[in-house]
Formats: sequence, C-alpha cells, structure tokens
Amino acid sequence: MTAPNWEIGGRALGSRLLLGTARYPSLAVLQQAIRASDAGIVTVSLRRESASDRAGSQFWSLIKEMGVAVLPNTAGCKTVKEAVTTAEMAREVFETPWVKLEVIGDDYTLQPHPFLLVEAAEALCRRGFEVFPYTTEDLVVAERLIQAGCNILMPWGAPIGSGQGLNNPYALRTLRARYPEISLIVDAGIGKPSHAIQAMEMGYDGVLVNTAVARATDPVQMGRAFGLAVAAGRLAYLAGAMPTQEMAEPSTPVTGTPFWHSSPERHG
Amino acid sequence: MIIEVNGEKKQLNQQQVLAEAITHWGYECALIAVAHNDEFVPRSRYAAIQLQDGDRLEIVAPMQGG
Repeated sequence: MTAPNWEIGGRALGSRLLLGTARYPSLAVLQQAIRASDAGIVTVSLRRESASDRAGSQFWSLIKEMGVAVLPNTAGCKTVKEAVTTAEMAREVFETPWVKLEVIGDDYTLQPHPFLLVEAAEALCRRGFEVFPYTTEDLVVAERLIQAGCNILMPWGAPIGSGQGLNNPYALRTLRARYPEISLIVDAGIGKPSHAIQAMEMGYDGVLVNTAVARATDPVQMGRAFGLAVAAGRLAYLAGAMPTQEMAEPSTPVTGTPFWHSSPERHG
Repeated sequence: MIIEVNGEKKQLNQQQVLAEAITHWGYECALIAVAHNDEFVPRSRYAAIQLQDGDRLEIVAPMQGG
C-alpha cells in the first residue's frame, strides 16, 4: 500500500480510491481487485441473514484479513428510521463509527432524498457517527449537511451503476470552490478511469467506484487502472494545470526558425 | 406465539428473551446485528428483551456493498 498522505474521518491513508465490494464475479476476484487497486477504503453492507446460510461471515473474514478500512453503507434505505437503525447495526457488526449514509428518494435514478438525508445525517452525527453522506451535487443541500455536522460529502457524478461520469462538472467545481475544508468524494456514476481523473483534477479528495471495476471484463486490471488514475489525477491537481485558451500558441520557440517570415504565403 | 424474523413468521412455543430465541434459531455463532420492532438492540441487551407475540425482528450480517 501507498504511504499515508491524507486524512479522512480520523484515519491516515495512502490511496484516495474507495472501492465498492459488490457485483464481482467471485470473492477471489474481489480480493485481487482490492489489492490491485491499492484502495484504502472498501464499502460494505448488511443483509438479512438466515441461520443456515453463513455467506456473510466468509466475505467479512476476507475483508478483515486484508487490513483495509471499511465504510458500511445504508443501501436501500428510504426513511430516516431505516437509515438510522441500519447504521447502528452496522456500527456494531463492523466495529466502526463510519457510515456511508444513503437515503434514496427515487427508484429509477436512485437519487438521494435531500430532505430525509439531512434529517438522517443530523440524527447520526448526534449519535457520534462519522457520516459520509451520499448526496446530489446541490450546493444548498451540501450546506445543510455541513450544518448537520458532516465533515465529508459524497456528491454523485451520475446515477449509481450508470457509468456516465460527471454529469454536472460545473456544480462539482462549485462545491470544491465553496468548501475547501470539507473532504469531497465523488461517489456513483463513474464508469472509466478518465472520469476519476477528471474528479481528482478538480481537487476532489477521493473517488468511490464499484460497478466500473466489478463489471469490467477484467476487474483486477481495471482496479489497477483506477488506482493509477486517482493517483495521477491528484498529482495533476497538485501540479496545477495550465490555463486553456482559444487559439494556438507554438510550443516550439519561434526565434531562429529557418525561413522565418520568408515564405511567399506570408507576403501575400 | 408468532415472531416475524426477516419478514418470515416463526413459531416460539414459550416465552423467551431475545438471547434464547437467537440460540434456538441457530444464530448464536454468527456475526449478526438485531433490530427489534425497528429499534436497534445492542448485543449487551439480548438477554433483557422479552419477546411478545407479533414482534418483528431484523437479523442482519455482513454482505458486499457499494
């Protein structure tokens, strides 16, 4: 793993990539993809357990032995009550106060419900959770989440699992400019490493990816590609990109160019 | 009495506390968390929750997630 160089939710981490653990072809591929991506945080969830089926404990042993930080989600929750109870169950099972707070308001786009999200975030911050709210790119909702006690915001790039990339770069840039002290992570909608680089070049603190890796033809190689992309994007942000301009500007120095100003076209 | 466990009705023949019911249903070795009538119950309180007819339990365990 990369040496720690940033701090999130009270932990020092190296990689700025957060990786989801769902939808991989097998647990073995998941494990290799996590390693190849160098992700410092992986997301996990809870499901109803039947007494006979212990699939969950096998998965959890595998994640624990890898030594990565875990971020439990409240996937599928539609009310404040469901989200808070799920977060409390997750805190006990996964032994972490971190929670990726999802309160879904629309079944087709899986768009976060902005009002219930703020309400649930208030309740969880009061209960001592480190809330990573999955939100839209809306500036005023972001403001309310920060007032509720969130130190981290996770605006969507595009709907979950859609792979469309950053649908509203203007709003994401605005969030970055308005909240330089808040940890901002693009969560959802990223389909390719180029989308992750775009977010990191904007100065985002991290990127959360799941389907783009899990559903790639080769998830392990795609995990590695995302790890490199996030690192490259961060480096580019720190290095400072050149300003864009409308017209060309020769990159080769013109002084001493052979035949300079002697071609007949130039003299008409 | 009937207890709804993860949406499925289960029979309990006698008055039991949550800790006994969990053992009875075979969950005792699993890494789980429980909600009783939509309220989270910390492990330390399993022995204190007396189950009533018609109670609802959610019993959850780790799974993959995004």
